[in-house]
Amino acid sequence: MDPVVGLGGWQARNLAFGLGLEGASVRAFTRLLAGLYEAFRVNDASLAEVNPLVVTENGQVLALDCKMTFDDSALFRHPDIEELRDRHEEDPAELEAAAFDLSYIKLDGTIGCMVNGAGLAMATMDIIKLYGEDPANFLDVGGGATLEKVIAAFKIITRDPDVKAILVNIFGGIMRCDVIAEGIVEAVEQVGLRVPLVVRLEGTNVQIGKDILAGSNLDVIPADSMADAAKKVVSAVKGS
Amino acid sequence: MAVLVDKSTRVVCQGITGGAGSFHARQMLAYGTRLVAGVTPGKGGQTFDGGSPDRLVPIFDTVAEAVENTGADASVIFVPPPFAADAIMEAVAAGIGLVIPITEGIPVQDMVTAAAFVKGRGARMVGPNCPGVISPGKCKIGIMPGHVHKEGRIGVISRSGTLTYEAVDQLTRVGLGQSTCIGLGGDPIVGSSFIDMLRLFREDQDTDGVIMIGEIGGSAEEEAATWIAEHMSKPVVAFIAGATAPPGRRMGHAGAIISGGHGTAEDKFKALGAAGVAVVRNPSKMGERMLEMLQS
Repeated sequence: MDPVVGLGGWQARNLAFGLGLEGASVRAFTRLLAGLYEAFRVNDASLAEVNPLVVTENGQVLALDCKMTFDDSALFRHPDIEELRDRHEEDPAELEAAAFDLSYIKLDGTIGCMVNGAGLAMATMDIIKLYGEDPANFLDVGGGATLEKVIAAFKIITRDPDVKAILVNIFGGIMRCDVIAEGIVEAVEQVGLRVPLVVRLEGTNVQIGKDILAGSNLDVIPADSMADAAKKVVSAVKGS
Repeated sequence: MAVLVDKSTRVVCQGITGGAGSFHARQMLAYGTRLVAGVTPGKGGQTFDGGSPDRLVPIFDTVAEAVENTGADASVIFVPPPFAADAIMEAVAAGIGLVIPITEGIPVQDMVTAAAFVKGRGARMVGPNCPGVISPGKCKIGIMPGHVHKEGRIGVISRSGTLTYEAVDQLTRVGLGQSTCIGLGGDPIVGSSFIDMLRLFREDQDTDGVIMIGEIGGSAEEEAATWIAEHMSKPVVAFIAGATAPPGRRMGHAGAIISGGHGTAEDKFKALGAAGVAVVRNPSKMGERMLEMLQS
C-alpha cells in the first residue's frame, strides 16, 4: 500500500472479488475496508484486525469482533486511548520502571542486568546465556540516565527474589560511568546488597567511576570486558 | 575517503537551542565537525555559543535560510517527537541531501509519510532513533562518544547505539580503526538499510571490511544476507542481538520485537551465515573476528 495515497478503491475491490464476494456484498465489503483503514489511520494503530468477518444471507458484511493495538509513540495525541489502559494487566515492576523512563522486562533467569542501550542490553543477556546462565531481566537505563534513574533501576533488580547475582554493563558515551558508580553506591546504601555484583565500566569517565566503586565499602567484582564480566557473574552464581 | 560524511560536510543542526541539541552541537564542534548553522523557529538572527570564540554558530528560523546563507548539505535533527517528521521534510525540501534525525519516539505513521517524502525527493536519511554517523578524525554527526573511535579502514553499520561503541572499542583494541560508523536506528521505519550502507562501503577504496550489528525484529538482516551473497566483495562480520529475547516483547527499541515467530536472531544468524558472512554469536568477539578475516 502506498502511504501517501492510502487504501485505493481498486485494492479493496481486488480483495472483494478475490474473496469471491458478489452483488451487494462487494460494495458492503469495500466500504467496511475503507472504514477499517480510516480507523487504523486516525487512531495511530499498529494493528486493526477483524476476525470473524461474516456475510449474512441477505448480503450484508459484518465485523463480529475486532482487535486493535496502538503506537505507543503516538499516544500523546490520543488521550482517549491512553485512558483505556488497564494498569492492573501490567507487571508492577515494569510499570515502576516505566515511571522512571526505564525500559525493563522481567525474564526467567537468575542474573539481574543493568545496561545502557537496548542493543547492548540484549547482547549482555545473550552473552550470559553463552556462558551458561540465564538473564533475570532486560533493563536499559537509557542514554542520559540521572542518578535517580540509576538508583531506581538498581532497586528494581535487587528486589527481584529470582536474582542470584547482578551484572552491570555500561559503555559510557553520553552516559557517564561516574554517575553509574555513584548510583550503585547510593542504592546499596539504601537497600543493601545480598548477592554478588559484577561491574564492567567502559567509556566516558571510566576511571572516575572505577575509583568511586573501589573507594566505597562495596564488595564489587570488577570486570575488564563484556566476556570477562559474563564469566565472572556466571561463576558467582554457580559458586553460591 | 570515507562514506556519507567527511571533512567537507557542512552541517546544520535543527533544534540547536534545545537541551540535547545544544549539548551535542558543542560536542560536535569540539570534535571538529563543520557545524555551520543552527535552526530554531523564532530564534533566527541569534548566535549559538559553541563554547569558544571560534565556535559561534548562526541560528536561522528556517532550514531554507540556513542552506541559502551557509551552504549546509547535511542536517542533524534533535527536534522533539511530535515535530520531528516535519523537521525531516523541511530539511529535504530545502535541498539537504543527507538528513540524520536522532530523535527517539517519532510516531510510526509520521515516519511512514516522512520516509516516502525523503525518498521521493532523492535525498538520503539515516535514522531516526539513531546515534548518527561518524567518520573518525573527519566529521562526527550525532551523539556517539568521539574519543572511543579511531581513524582506520573498517566500516561499522548497526541498529544499536551502545553496542556500536562496543564494536568500535573492540576494533580499536585489536589495532583496527574505522572508516565510517553508521547507526541505522532502532525504529520500525528507518531511512537507510544495511544494504544501502553495504553498497557504499563496497565502493569505498578506504574500507577493507564491514562489521554489521543487527537485532531481532523485521527482516533487514535477511535482506542484507541475500544482497551480500550476490554483491559483497569485502569481508563482513555480523552479530545479532536478542537471541535470548522473549517473543512478543519490545526490547527497548520500537523495532526490536519478534512477532508471529518472525524476526528471530536465529533466522538472521542462519541467513547471514549461509551468505558467507562471518557470524559471531559472542558479542565480545566482533573485533577479533574481523582481524582474523583480514589476515586470512
